[in-house]
Amino acid sequence: MNPIDLFLEPLQYEFMARALVTTAIAAAVCALLSCWLVLTGWSLMGDAVSHAVLPGVVLAYVVGAPFALGALVFGFLSVALIGGIRNTSRVKEDAAIGIVFTTLFALGLVLISVTPSQTDLSHIVFGNILGVSNGDLLQIGVLATIAAVVLLLKRRDLTLWAFDPTHAHAIGLNPRLLGAVLLGLIALTSVVALQVVGVILVVAMLIIPGATAYLLTDRFTRMLVIAPVLSVACSVTGILLSYWFDASSGGLVILVQGAAFTLVYLLSPRQGLLTRAIARRARRGREVHAR
Amino acid sequence: MTASPAISVQGVTVRYGDVLALDGASLDVSAGRITGLIGMNGSGKSTLFKTIMGTLTPEQGSAQLAGLPPAEARARGLVAYVPQSEDVDWAFPVSVREVVMMGRYGKLGITRRAGAADRHAVEHALARVELTDLADRQIGQLSGGQKKRAFVARCIAQEAEILLLDEPFAGVDKRSEATIVRLLRELASSGHTVLVSTHDLHALPELADDAALLLRRVLFHGPVAEALTPPRIAQAFVLGDPELRDAEAHAPAADARQQAGAIAPQPKSSPEAEQRA
Repeated sequence: MNPIDLFLEPLQYEFMARALVTTAIAAAVCALLSCWLVLTGWSLMGDAVSHAVLPGVVLAYVVGAPFALGALVFGFLSVALIGGIRNTSRVKEDAAIGIVFTTLFALGLVLISVTPSQTDLSHIVFGNILGVSNGDLLQIGVLATIAAVVLLLKRRDLTLWAFDPTHAHAIGLNPRLLGAVLLGLIALTSVVALQVVGVILVVAMLIIPGATAYLLTDRFTRMLVIAPVLSVACSVTGILLSYWFDASSGGLVILVQGAAFTLVYLLSPRQGLLTRAIARRARRGREVHAR
Repeated sequence: MTASPAISVQGVTVRYGDVLALDGASLDVSAGRITGLIGMNGSGKSTLFKTIMGTLTPEQGSAQLAGLPPAEARARGLVAYVPQSEDVDWAFPVSVREVVMMGRYGKLGITRRAGAADRHAVEHALARVELTDLADRQIGQLSGGQKKRAFVARCIAQEAEILLLDEPFAGVDKRSEATIVRLLRELASSGHTVLVSTHDLHALPELADDAALLLRRVLFHGPVAEALTPPRIAQAFVLGDPELRDAEAHAPAADARQQAGAIAPQPKSSPEAEQRA
């Protein structure tokens, strides 16, 4: 079988075609957002919010509201609770994050278990990429477009905020608002990626692409290209692997992303661990020769 | 310029929990002058800067910039800030030119797309701080002094009237320090107001017109030569302060004593210090 068929054969099935399109959309928009998250040190916040949206999504399902709305409410609620606990007690932020997101996640699990529905718990927790309907695809497309448009229109403000919030404040911007925009987008993209890899692994799509791109370039604008391209390539590869090996699709999507990060971590032209070691050895060799 | 001072701080008190950071601090800085804000660690320099910038709201008192409330002054782009080195993520993937362009954002539209005039202003600012050749470098690849010059260039590109610099000479080589001093003098002579927080007393006479000695309140504000007298330095650097006398035995105060001693030999025997002790 030739390599092109490895890609084309799954596409004969409509559900596989939808899965690949959905995955590509989610991967691209999560990767964009991840560029800011890894630079502001908000990766843990991404972890927290992406888990904490679960009860919001379940409640939205129960009352028939858009999932994104429930996710936004619980995303901001989790951040408010984390900040509140940190500011009004001696508990440190990492502990506050750990308490709030696990508790809200647990609330989500309990809500699912008592909610009569066809939705399988494991689909939300581990993703259900092969079961994406046209309606799901439409919702994901709309949310992803909103997130991408906001990110690209405000990318310079967000980058300034990430780099130097004091200067942002000094020239009359509102740093709190920019932070809130980023948090809102984490909640939105969590809903987008939930279907692909499940609520547990969403955070991987919000961290790995940005971190990988960061090791490849010194220019933020290039990160915004590298991260989505890499993430889409890895995610599509993961879905295809899951088709051919009949293994967990969400798991493989993240596994391929992690593998790509490992390769870049070792071999990135300037930042790679091995690359730098080889360059050091070559330099020492030249010095010996010079003597 | 209007008659109101460029920077005006009136009776500002700030408390962090039980710690009194500023206690009725007042300071009026006239336009076109360079003022050194002198004080030891913990004297409230950073808190005073934050009050002027409006990043914190004082318990009592208020700050004004060019006669305007801080928020209004910020919205008009009147005030620029050069952060301390340790407050900056030097591994951030931005180039020197991009950092300087950030000075223009307040004047740009909703997506902050730069026009020809903005690019021109950025190149002009880069040339003034002599960083044109290094403009495409990632910001962390500059030396300590070059990094500071990049941030001064950002103030120039912003066309701010009031410049606040937080410890600009920490970790900066002598040559860069001289360049920064010359730049700030040029900016002041063209009407800019500059407030520099520093504990580097040596640089002060060359750099500043005035000095303000801070220890939770402004102890003295006037010409540098009058500020740098042994009794005044001793007072600002804790030696005479009854409440902080315990701290004198510890390392930070020892450091401060060293600094005061560099300018004023044997500050302990200064009359005022002894009188207070």
